[in-house]
Amino acid sequence: MNKTIIEIKDMKRDFVVGTETVHALRGVSFNIKEGEFVTIMGASGSGKSTLLNQLGCLDTPSSGEYWLDGHSVGEMNKNERSTIRNRKIGFVFQSYNLLSKTTAIENVELPLIYNPAFTAKERRQKAQEALESVGLKDRLYHKSNQMSGGQMQRVAIARALVNDPVLILADEATGNLDSRTAFEIIVLFQELYRKGRTIIFVTHNPELAAFSSRNIVLRDGKIIKDINNETIASAREVLEKMPKQEEN
Amino acid sequence: MNIGNLIKISFRALSNNKMRAFLTMLGIIIGVASVITMLAIGQGSKVSIQSQISEMGSNMIMIQPGAGMMGGVRQSASDMQSLKMEDYNAIREKVDYISLISPSVSSSGQFIFGSNNYPASISGVNTEYTEIRKLTVDEGNMFSDLQIKSSAKVCVIGQTIVKNLFTNGENPIGKVIRFNKTPFTVIGTLKAKGYNSMGMDQDNIVLAPYTTIQKRILAITYIQGIFASATTEGVTDKATEQISEILRANHKLKATDDDDFNIRSQEELSSMLTSTSDMMTILLACIAGISLLVGGIGIMNIMYVSVKERTREIGLRMSIGAKSKDILAQFLIEAILISFTGGIIGVILGVGASVIVNLTLSWPVSILPYSVFLSFLVCTVTGVFFGWYPAKTASELDPIEALRYE
Ligand SMILES: Nc1ncnc2c1ncn2[C@@H]1O[C@H](COP(=O)(O)OP(=O)(O)O)[C@@H](O)[C@H]1O
Ligand SMILES: [Mg+2]
Repeated sequence: MNKTIIEIKDMKRDFVVGTETVHALRGVSFNIKEGEFVTIMGASGSGKSTLLNQLGCLDTPSSGEYWLDGHSVGEMNKNERSTIRNRKIGFVFQSYNLLSKTTAIENVELPLIYNPAFTAKERRQKAQEALESVGLKDRLYHKSNQMSGGQMQRVAIARALVNDPVLILADEATGNLDSRTAFEIIVLFQELYRKGRTIIFVTHNPELAAFSSRNIVLRDGKIIKDINNETIASAREVLEKMPKQEEN
Repeated sequence: MNIGNLIKISFRALSNNKMRAFLTMLGIIIGVASVITMLAIGQGSKVSIQSQISEMGSNMIMIQPGAGMMGGVRQSASDMQSLKMEDYNAIREKVDYISLISPSVSSSGQFIFGSNNYPASISGVNTEYTEIRKLTVDEGNMFSDLQIKSSAKVCVIGQTIVKNLFTNGENPIGKVIRFNKTPFTVIGTLKAKGYNSMGMDQDNIVLAPYTTIQKRILAITYIQGIFASATTEGVTDKATEQISEILRANHKLKATDDDDFNIRSQEELSSMLTSTSDMMTILLACIAGISLLVGGIGIMNIMYVSVKERTREIGLRMSIGAKSKDILAQFLIEAILISFTGGIIGVILGVGASVIVNLTLSWPVSILPYSVFLSFLVCTVTGVFFGWYPAKTASELDPIEALRYE
């Protein structure tokens, strides 16, 4: 039996905007085990990003409990949350969030710079390995503004992998990409899944549900569906059936 | 997070955005350089006026007969007969704070040598006069006490006189020139001093024993003035006071009577003249202050905006594990690097500009250490503060808020 990585209980998040209160999460509970590939789906505004930000310790919930890899996040202060993000979590954002005018390898190194356990040499080494694993072996010294969207997202994924996180979180990671490039990214996530990584993948696109091991669907800040997917489709097969285009 | 990593991060951030770093620096550079240059020009003119005044004489005190005003009419000092040799002798003996003293009588007229003539005045003085006025004998000699005693018809002449009378380049020493009708033997020439700050030709001068002028030219026994040197600049006022007391006693003035003489000191003159240049320095300092203020506001703006602009970067760094203090340290180091580099370039440019002004316009400049220090301090502190402050605000946000910043 795999161990539980995430455990949340009755998590709520309210935003006060002027005199109104927006209930973005209205009590969400679930557990996620090591090695799961979870897609969180739902219409726009259903609370997916808000939920992911709670899971990533980027935001603080209004109420509810959250254990990440055995640590109670609710009891942590800001610095401890920084450390836990640095050691246990890898993020992939929709808009890549790379440092501008900075080389791929420097972008990937960034999380390790904030971890005193790594020397400069180890950082280089690990960043290089991470970039190789996302297929950017020959783009190490390209700057972020010299790369395509797909390549930038690969750099972002490499950055999310470089610190060997227990959890990879992706928010609309394919949202800015054309469908072919998007599938290339899904292929990458499936490879990570096969290697045993725990992945939470947020998307508003229901078609992507077939490629993960579990689907959670949100509506108005509540879970309306949470099912395991027994027959995971292969993204690579889909990609191979797609009309070929010139790689740029 | 160690400091080495932080410095590396800061350097990378700066070198990835050289233009932004340069523009931020520019405000600091201009602020510092302009303040240094302007104050250097102001101070330079002040120093040059002061040095010209001190060239006029050494702690000189001038005594002339007559009060400043008489019934609203300024009387010519040379018409007054209230200053006597007894006064001169009394001052010479009784005043403690003077080191040199000379009586003075003068007459103006025409100097003639051969077919050349030149209008000038002849000053009758004693041997100490040259030292009081900081004059130095170039060729030949100053007249002696013996020549004073015998009212010898000898004179020492300045370069303007040499130039106008000895047009063929003759050696003036030993030649006889005539002042009106009286022949004088030239026994020495004075070194050139040029024009003073009031535009007076200090080489248009002829010195002769005062006894000669008194007896052979003017036929008088009184004197027209006294020149003295205070032992140091600091005791000028004390010397002036003592002289005044002695003269009042000699002239038997009652307590209610006004002085029948007036005493002016070089110090007075110097403070009068430097006050105009002080005004200019103040004016320049005001302009410099304003440019420092404008520069400061510029630095503030550009720093503030460029850090604010990087709120998303701050959000990203925090989301992948940077602590607030890592963010703060990074932006502080960046601000320090920018501000100090800018400040140092500003100092170099300011000093360079002062030197160039001096060389090309030949304006006197004098760089004030405090202007370097102050402008550097103001600009760098502003730069560092406004680099640090927005970074602090951003680092206090939740990472997600910082990431969402537009
Ligand atoms: N910072 C915020 N302030 C106010 N309201 C917010 C904020 N973030 C999200 N919301 C609101 O919470 C709800 C859920 O948003 P979000 O989690 O971004 O939805 P999704 O990612 O599913 O599209 C929306 O109604 C949104 O307007
Ligand atoms: Mg969203």
